[in-house]
Amino acid sequence: MSDASTVTVLTQKTQKNHRANLWQLLLKDKVATAAAIVLAFIILTAIAGPALFGDLAQRQDLSARNLPPFSLQLGWEYILGSDSLGRSLLARIIAAAGTTLGVAGAAVLVSAVVGSIWGMWAGFHRGWRESVSMRIADVIMSFPSLLLAVVILYVFNPSAANIVLVLAITRIPLYLRTARAEAAELRSRMFVDAATNFGAKQGAIVFRHIVPNVLPTLVTLATLEFCYVMLAESSLSFLGIGIQPPDVSWGLMVAQGRQYLAEAWWQSVLPGLAIVITTVSANILAAWLRLATDPGQRWRLQTKKRRRLIGSIAPRR
Amino acid sequence: MWTYLRRRILQSALPLIAVVLGVFVLARLTGDPSKLYLPLNATDQMRADFAARNGFDKPIWEQMGDYFLGVLRLDFGTSLRTGEPAADMALRAFPATLQLAAVTMVIAIIVAVILGSWASLKPNGIADRIVSFFSMTAASVPDFWVAILGIWIFAITLGWLPTSGTSGPLVWILPIATLMLRPVGVLAQVVRGSMVTVMGQPYIKVARSRGAGEFHIVSRHALRNAAAPALTVAGDLTVGLVNGAVVVESIFGWPGIGKLMIDSILQRDFAVLQAAVLLTALAIFALNIVIDLGYALLDPRVRPTSTSRARRKGPGAISDTKAEVLSNV
Repeated sequence: MSDASTVTVLTQKTQKNHRANLWQLLLKDKVATAAAIVLAFIILTAIAGPALFGDLAQRQDLSARNLPPFSLQLGWEYILGSDSLGRSLLARIIAAAGTTLGVAGAAVLVSAVVGSIWGMWAGFHRGWRESVSMRIADVIMSFPSLLLAVVILYVFNPSAANIVLVLAITRIPLYLRTARAEAAELRSRMFVDAATNFGAKQGAIVFRHIVPNVLPTLVTLATLEFCYVMLAESSLSFLGIGIQPPDVSWGLMVAQGRQYLAEAWWQSVLPGLAIVITTVSANILAAWLRLATDPGQRWRLQTKKRRRLIGSIAPRR
Repeated sequence: MWTYLRRRILQSALPLIAVVLGVFVLARLTGDPSKLYLPLNATDQMRADFAARNGFDKPIWEQMGDYFLGVLRLDFGTSLRTGEPAADMALRAFPATLQLAAVTMVIAIIVAVILGSWASLKPNGIADRIVSFFSMTAASVPDFWVAILGIWIFAITLGWLPTSGTSGPLVWILPIATLMLRPVGVLAQVVRGSMVTVMGQPYIKVARSRGAGEFHIVSRHALRNAAAPALTVAGDLTVGLVNGAVVVESIFGWPGIGKLMIDSILQRDFAVLQAAVLLTALAIFALNIVIDLGYALLDPRVRPTSTSRARRKGPGAISDTKAEVLSNV
């Protein structure tokens, strides 16, 4: 067996081990496992919801207005009650799950990809590219994102894609800054100098030395960002400049139920509860992932007598 | 000191101008204000008069030039809504936001210091787990939902507190309780972290071997040294609150700068929006300098001329600060 193939086999083995380890680590942590199961359940219902319920989320029934939760006499679909137009709250919460999770997921993906590539480019080249990029990041960060949301809402048609655009633009600087700092730091390292001296092409240096080293940080950042972006979308929708009716999102449902708070509290409280359950599970999972992917911290998850509930969270920026 | 101030001003001036320009252009993209301020059956002549009166008929470059010339003379334009000078409206709304931010932060810091030190006494103990679960939840809960939950429970069901308004001491309770949730969660973690480090230091052992009580050790020796990181984070959180807590202010009808901003955005009151953005940016700039100086005061190793904070956090006072705008949205 040649040396090269031995190396390949070994790398494959360690990679496989690493993946299996991660899985085992997750199963060992009961809280993180519970969070993962809850999150998986929410995502599955969001995906399967439209197929299962059809137009139930839009169907109005004026005889079933403002039913409180657990009123089963009109059918199982009113188990979480109904809103002021007699629409099933359960169906609406599930329909909104699709919008809320979809918008947050897409926004995180877009901002992470664009910001990371831009940041790595800026950090790798340094010089004027770096300063210009950082100034742009400053301006975006100092910009009132509410105004941006309203502008995009009025100039383009109100649609979920535009909310994704607003959220993505406002979150790009975070990845831009992180990726730039990491790339600039890596570039000054000895192994990059060595690769350059051996005659490696620029593209090869970027893809073999910079990207693999920056990626874990950025992935962790993106998981932490998911909750934040979800809350931002909910707040925009709550203020009336996010998702517009007839689309539904959890934040919008809280806002719509607000005027009926005295007679039908569940219209506001239950969609908000859905937000809380999702963000808490996502945060727990993100904190766990941060520990599990950090070699310096992983021992915390592996120690036998573990008296740790969840990883401590960092202040959000 | 002067070098520091000059560098700080230079760093902040460019982003500030860019933001005001951006707000100027983008605000005008949201649509024609005459549709909002004139009756539906207004004639074209009336619309043209309205545009001419407010200078909207000029090309945008000229409007921008007029605006900046006005700003140099401290004339920030007049509100379309009320006809008042825009600067007066922004200055009137600002104290409400400042008061709310100050009271919230004072209470939040006290609560966070107590919670954080309590958690740090026994790392991974029961108190630590309770506090870290609280921090996690506080970071995950949408503030508008907490506000609505508070209104539902304490205002509607129990009838103890008013739902909104500005009179009497009771109106402060719900907004502050909502606003302080996240600062307390974040700060408690920071205090806990630095307290754990400090409590492991030799001088704590010395104090303990001298027979000092636990309370004395925590309050006299540990907390002071653990304060610096907490102060930085508390500063950032205050900056976020000064930016105007848009959601909380609009739910509780709090007449602050956040509510003024969202109202002027929705009503296309351009001059007021620009004045509000400019005012908060300046206030945040000043606040950041105060935070820097406070940091130097607390930790003599950090001299303001070294601008450790500015260098660490990237350029521009408003840059690290206005990031907090997002957290309020």
